[in-house]
Amino acid sequence: MFSYFLRRVILMLPVAFGVSVICFLLVQIAPGDPLTAIMPVDATADEQAAMRAIYGLDKPLPVQYAIWISNLAQGDMGKSIASGRPVAGEVFGAVQNSLILALSAAVVAFPIGIFLGFLAGYFRDTLLDRAVTAISIAGVSVPNYWLGIVLVIIFSVNLGWLPSMGAGPGGSQDWSWDWLHIRHLVLPAVTLAVVPIGIVARTVRALAGDLLTMDFVQALYAKGMSRGDVLRHVARNAAATALSVMGLQLGYLLGGSILIETVFNWPGSGFLLSNAIFQRDLPLLQGTILVLALFFVTMNLVVDVAQAAIDPRIKRS
Amino acid sequence: MRHFKGRFAALMLAAGLTVAQGAAAQGILRVGMTAADIPLTTGQTDQGGEGMRFMGYTVYDSLIEWDLSSSDKPSVLIPGLATEWAVDAEDKTKWTFKLREGVTFHDGSPLTAEVVVWNFDKLLDDSSEQYDSRQAAQGKSRIPAVASYTAVDDLTLEIVTKTPDATLPYQLAWILMSSKAQFEAMDKDWEKVANAPSGTGPWKLDTFVPRERAELVPNPDYWDETRVPKLDKMVLIPLPEPNARAAALLSGQVDWIEAPAPDTIPAMSGNGFVISSNAYPHNWTWHLSRLDGSPWNDIRVRKAANLAIDREGMGALLGGLMVPAKGFLPPSSQWFGEPTFDVTYDPDAAKALLAEAGYSVDNPLKVKALISPSGSGQMLPLPMNEYLQQSLAEVGIEVEFMVVEWNQMINLWRAGAGDAAVEGSESINFTYFIQDPFTGLIRHLSCDLIAPNGTNWGHYCDPEMQALFDQIKTTFDPEEQDAVLRQTHEKFVNEALFLMVTHDVAPRAMSPKVKGFVQAQNWYQNFSSISME
Repeated sequence: MFSYFLRRVILMLPVAFGVSVICFLLVQIAPGDPLTAIMPVDATADEQAAMRAIYGLDKPLPVQYAIWISNLAQGDMGKSIASGRPVAGEVFGAVQNSLILALSAAVVAFPIGIFLGFLAGYFRDTLLDRAVTAISIAGVSVPNYWLGIVLVIIFSVNLGWLPSMGAGPGGSQDWSWDWLHIRHLVLPAVTLAVVPIGIVARTVRALAGDLLTMDFVQALYAKGMSRGDVLRHVARNAAATALSVMGLQLGYLLGGSILIETVFNWPGSGFLLSNAIFQRDLPLLQGTILVLALFFVTMNLVVDVAQAAIDPRIKRS
Repeated sequence: MRHFKGRFAALMLAAGLTVAQGAAAQGILRVGMTAADIPLTTGQTDQGGEGMRFMGYTVYDSLIEWDLSSSDKPSVLIPGLATEWAVDAEDKTKWTFKLREGVTFHDGSPLTAEVVVWNFDKLLDDSSEQYDSRQAAQGKSRIPAVASYTAVDDLTLEIVTKTPDATLPYQLAWILMSSKAQFEAMDKDWEKVANAPSGTGPWKLDTFVPRERAELVPNPDYWDETRVPKLDKMVLIPLPEPNARAAALLSGQVDWIEAPAPDTIPAMSGNGFVISSNAYPHNWTWHLSRLDGSPWNDIRVRKAANLAIDREGMGALLGGLMVPAKGFLPPSSQWFGEPTFDVTYDPDAAKALLAEAGYSVDNPLKVKALISPSGSGQMLPLPMNEYLQQSLAEVGIEVEFMVVEWNQMINLWRAGAGDAAVEGSESINFTYFIQDPFTGLIRHLSCDLIAPNGTNWGHYCDPEMQALFDQIKTTFDPEEQDAVLRQTHEKFVNEALFLMVTHDVAPRAMSPKVKGFVQAQNWYQNFSSISME
């Protein structure tokens, strides 16, 4: 198991390097100028050139990349051009907030998705199955920013039950798991949970449905095993694939919540990323994308290792 | 985005809102800003006009300030940290400023001429220990006239300009004074100062969470007793997404939002929220190319285009939140003058002018226009430009759009009409801050500011106009200078030098609990008079 883990970690290195090159080049391709965020629009050409030199933006791209990657290797992600603050502090603070949101959404989505999927798989081709399928298709199809706005209108504006924005009184730096703060989390987490509910439910439904028709299930029944015990076997067989899907979904939840974080003004990585894009804040953009991409890669690793632990056949292959 | 907003407004109306207004704490005003981050707190702010409005003139002062006390007349310059100033009778490059006595920074240190000199070095002398590239990026370009500065005594400052320049007082209204003592107390590190800044302004920064909130509390020792804030606290919250801002106000999480989207205003008004607006020095134009071969070189074409637009009709599109342009400056400006060309809607006259120039609906003039789908101060650029496109087509001008994202638009604006990147576009839709003689008039058309060296996008250069600009800079009597400014603006209008469309009215929506706000005709505002009911 340890050698498998080691092999996967070593394989992560070229992936991480590739990610760093891609995210550096990607943000350079977009037209625009990071100086727009920090200089008046009518700053003269000379003043712009002087500022460009201060931030090293006048150097050739390979040199800029070499400086960036060597600083990165020493743990220095640079400073945001727009805010002047260290990128590492900005990114890790935002990622921490996004993790709160993503894990909360996962806690809502995964049990519901698994339950609904199993229910639909077990009662395949019944009214219940169709209802669950309809719910999961709706969950995947409904634009979640639209849903977020509707929830805000109903629960914040109309009923006044829950706040529509922010991370609680005092901002995210004062975050704690009490109702005063959690109430700020409810609407974005529920909105964010809708897509993974649909995806997990569909996956589990398909897995459970297929497994329940397999010969080994009939064999187990034939041996006199109770329905509950049989279902436990089915769940164990479905777990590896379901875990893989849920791991990827957690990655998406963390990095793919730009719209949700914008609608709810949640100070996470998506919100940070969206602002960095509009401001062409290259160091912040590169740092955020890199951290999110590495998180995704790490999640894949964790899922692979977990899958191998659950299903020894994967490790052997 | 437009559809997004429209859906939001429709949903709100369909839902039949019954607004649940949260109980705001007594004396605390919570403001939803359009900025995505808290503006730079160390002195010279970033985030454009909003930065100066909420973090500039609140925490800091400048030597000369804008009068923000009235809503019914244009803002003029008034004494700030300087009580009087004058140019030398013999040497028109030498100015003397008398500083206000007894002014202290929030940290208790006194304001002296030496501290003012220290502040100029902060922006202009990159060898000084207090030089801050971030503040310099914001402030240096605002004081192009300044050549040198010296402290004559504790309360007397001398500034020498590069050439005689009577617009210096307007330039100095940009420059905010930070505390030298606080900089030294914070280990001469601006990053540390950012968390505990110290100015002389009516508000002190109490707490600050980057990108999330800043809390300002009153400075009870402020030198102008009439501007000591009445509120207990003002909380600034960055809310860049218009729908999030609207929802935050409607759900009672903030008491005030900047720039509500026009399609959310009926829902807000219908639920008792107050929409405040006023004319201010902003315009929404097409800046025209005057390069050889540009169709806009023909005054008949320029006038025809200006006569082809039904500006009142555009008002419906903007929920009435606009002032139809009658010139380059708003009609209420002290420098509007009495132009003879009436900027109005007269399609027949437009067609006649175009016919003279050789164009008609059947034989249209084809032009290419640079526009952006969004942008700071651009109002609703896509529908507004489509409206123009339709209006111009009706008289015989066929417009092809080149649409670029806002950040790139700024680059193309800086590059100028002659740059290959604009791909032959003959106009650019840009909104302008037009609050002082330089930003309002000179920078757009001065021969020495032709892009990319300056902001004269269209490469316009006219000796007569240049003479007027020179006269503005060399007329030191304020009343006489105003007269030259009026004459200059009359030339802007009479020669239809821009496609003059509309002026924004700086709308802001607020809870009915907010009392005492007077919206000045200015980009900046006074928050000291506000209280919460």
